[in-house]
Amino acid sequence: MLTVSGSPHIHGDNSTKKIMYGVVYALIPAMLVTVYFFGFNAIRVLTLSVVFSLLFEWIIQKYLIKGDITITDGSALVTGILLAFNVPSNLPAWIIIIGALVAIGVGKMSFGGLGKNIFNPALVARVFLLISFPVEMTSWPKPAPIINGLTDVITGPTPLGIVKEGLDAGKTMSDLMPQLPDYVQSLLGQMGGSMGEVSAIALILGGIFMLWKKIISWEIPVSVLLTVFVFSGILWLIDPQHYADPLFHLLTGGLMLGAIFMATDMVTSPMTKGGQLIFGFGIGLLTILIRIWGAYPEGVSFAILLMNSAVPLINRGFKPKRFGAKANVQNR
Amino acid sequence: MGILKTFALGGVHPAEQKLSANIPIEELPVPKQVTVPFGQNLGAPSKPLVKRGDTVKTGQLIGEASSFISANVHSPVSGTVLKIDNVVDSSGFRRPAAIINVEGDEWMEEIDRSEELITGFDLTAQEIIDKVKKAGIVGMGGATFPTHVKLMVPPGKKAEYLLINGVECEPYLTSDHRLMLEKGDEILVGTKILMKALGVSKAIIGIENNKPDAINHLTELSKKHDGISVQPLKVKYPQGGEKQLIKAVTGREVPSGKLPIEVGCVVQNVGTVFAVYEAVLKNKPLIERIVTVTGKAVKKPSNFKVRVGTPVKELIDAAEGLPENTGKIISGGPMMGKALLNTDIPVVKGSSGILLMKKEESSRKPESPCIRCSKCTYVCPMGLEPYLLSRYARTKRFEEAEKEKIMDCIECGSCQYTCPANIPLLDYLRLGKAKVGALIRARNAK
Repeated sequence: MLTVSGSPHIHGDNSTKKIMYGVVYALIPAMLVTVYFFGFNAIRVLTLSVVFSLLFEWIIQKYLIKGDITITDGSALVTGILLAFNVPSNLPAWIIIIGALVAIGVGKMSFGGLGKNIFNPALVARVFLLISFPVEMTSWPKPAPIINGLTDVITGPTPLGIVKEGLDAGKTMSDLMPQLPDYVQSLLGQMGGSMGEVSAIALILGGIFMLWKKIISWEIPVSVLLTVFVFSGILWLIDPQHYADPLFHLLTGGLMLGAIFMATDMVTSPMTKGGQLIFGFGIGLLTILIRIWGAYPEGVSFAILLMNSAVPLINRGFKPKRFGAKANVQNR
Repeated sequence: MGILKTFALGGVHPAEQKLSANIPIEELPVPKQVTVPFGQNLGAPSKPLVKRGDTVKTGQLIGEASSFISANVHSPVSGTVLKIDNVVDSSGFRRPAAIINVEGDEWMEEIDRSEELITGFDLTAQEIIDKVKKAGIVGMGGATFPTHVKLMVPPGKKAEYLLINGVECEPYLTSDHRLMLEKGDEILVGTKILMKALGVSKAIIGIENNKPDAINHLTELSKKHDGISVQPLKVKYPQGGEKQLIKAVTGREVPSGKLPIEVGCVVQNVGTVFAVYEAVLKNKPLIERIVTVTGKAVKKPSNFKVRVGTPVKELIDAAEGLPENTGKIISGGPMMGKALLNTDIPVVKGSSGILLMKKEESSRKPESPCIRCSKCTYVCPMGLEPYLLSRYARTKRFEEAEKEKIMDCIECGSCQYTCPANIPLLDYLRLGKAKVGALIRARNAK
């Protein structure tokens, strides 16, 4: 018996699974750093988040949708890890479980599952938890490298929180400087924050891996980071006492995690390079607006979710460069 | 080798698999029976001129071009017409063909069968075009557009460049490669003939740099001919697409919906050029061609010179038989070729290769949901959005598909090749193109 089907008769070796597990591999450096700084608690949060994300996807696919079980495709695994990365390491188990339910149930499966969701599922859960459990979601353990032995967990505000509160209370950046991590500390991740966001260097390593494997393209992360850098840089040049410097904005909070791993989520980002640049610009702009003039010290999650909602519109407005379109035919 | 050029938008790099690149062309014996379809070209099929019981000679006209876009068909053998019947061809449809029982091999007297190279010719453009038309030459890269039509430059347009397509970007295929190595002189004389027919002074032969021997050989030979040069190209599929080749070599972009002549270019495949040489200087109609027989399990990957009408099974036998685990037989390359229903289907003018795929390579992987990764958009050489067009086709939104330029699709298959979710994008695009084409025709008819 011969198979008869339309061309093409060969397929490149790419698959959804490869892409998803590629993201997981890219998350490994940041996972190692978070375990190093937050110890057993980090393993606890990661395990709970991943196990319950997979479990909720399985329950919904088996009992509600009654369709194919696709929990091995890696997408729920990525959501689980990213959710863990977006919460503090001392979050109670029951809140993590609620987070996993919101991420998978509301953020992903209610839209129809993989590929259909408008918003990044892990961020939907993070914002839901932040609004519902503001105290638990903003008590940030101070990083204590596990090599220093087990010590009592001390919690404190994030650098962005210190700046926000301090400036609102009328202090200047010079007053706040002693409380803030230096650049090396913030690059490595020795500061308060959500589990996965602290180490810029680990996240950048993962980003380079994903660029190399062509899982992401440069447009989104670069446009997010560049916009934040330029916008915060202008404000800092105008008044360095009342605005934090651009490097501080780049290296603190969830910006690196957001720019490299959350905004680049294929499902919820624009389809063309031009659209991706605008999308990244919007995220960068909204992040700084929220950080400086908003009610929350950190705005990356809100910025990404807001821009997620603009993706269908961006996709209509930004088309690829068509071959033979009038604009590029003026070549005779 | 100079600077490598390529086209700008999209493209993919499938594994090259040129298993038969170093195998010289071997002439296959004439089979006992041939099946010669009357429609071997894009456009209208030819009108049969013979009937059951007629005796024919090799090279005798048996089907006459029936309209403007149509091509003559000649008997590739001598013998007796067994019948005119509808036969399944590579399209999968039953279409009219002449089945001829072979008796001896008696050629028409005017055909010069010697191997001697003729370089001089003294013909007008119109005489050349007439000879090409008479010989029934069609585009041999696979598109099978009648060549004489391409040589008739419409009033108001002017050809500046003749581009010779030696790209052979499809994986596995090596027939053009072998022809360039073994018939280089003839290809260059053929190029001269076509330059005369088109009234152009510049011809450029485009070859991808995975064939350095062909690039060197033709570069050396082209020194003897004014106005002909070789342009090495970076390996990228689908560079053999007419619009992509023009973009790569000249930097010009054929406008959407227009023909290459719009930017002063005419593209001809190297196989076609060789056929033109034989038609014009040897009076030989298009009744033979080079066919690659290949595949990972094929014992003897080969390049055969075969008569048109030879059943595919004769070629497979000559390559030491059908491997046991063959799951799919493709006429052409793996990216754009057509899967054959059986091995009785004959070789036609557009058959560049027979590719045997192993069972495990033959079926598609199961489809999963689109994850909106945009890879189909990035690789589309026409700058289209295959994910969107396939969705429009699936949901019967054909007007929107037309607005998003579905008719620009060249069906190269890069999108489907790349799709991580294994979505049969090109199936839907083909469906959409057929429906939108019908819509456009209906609108124009009003």
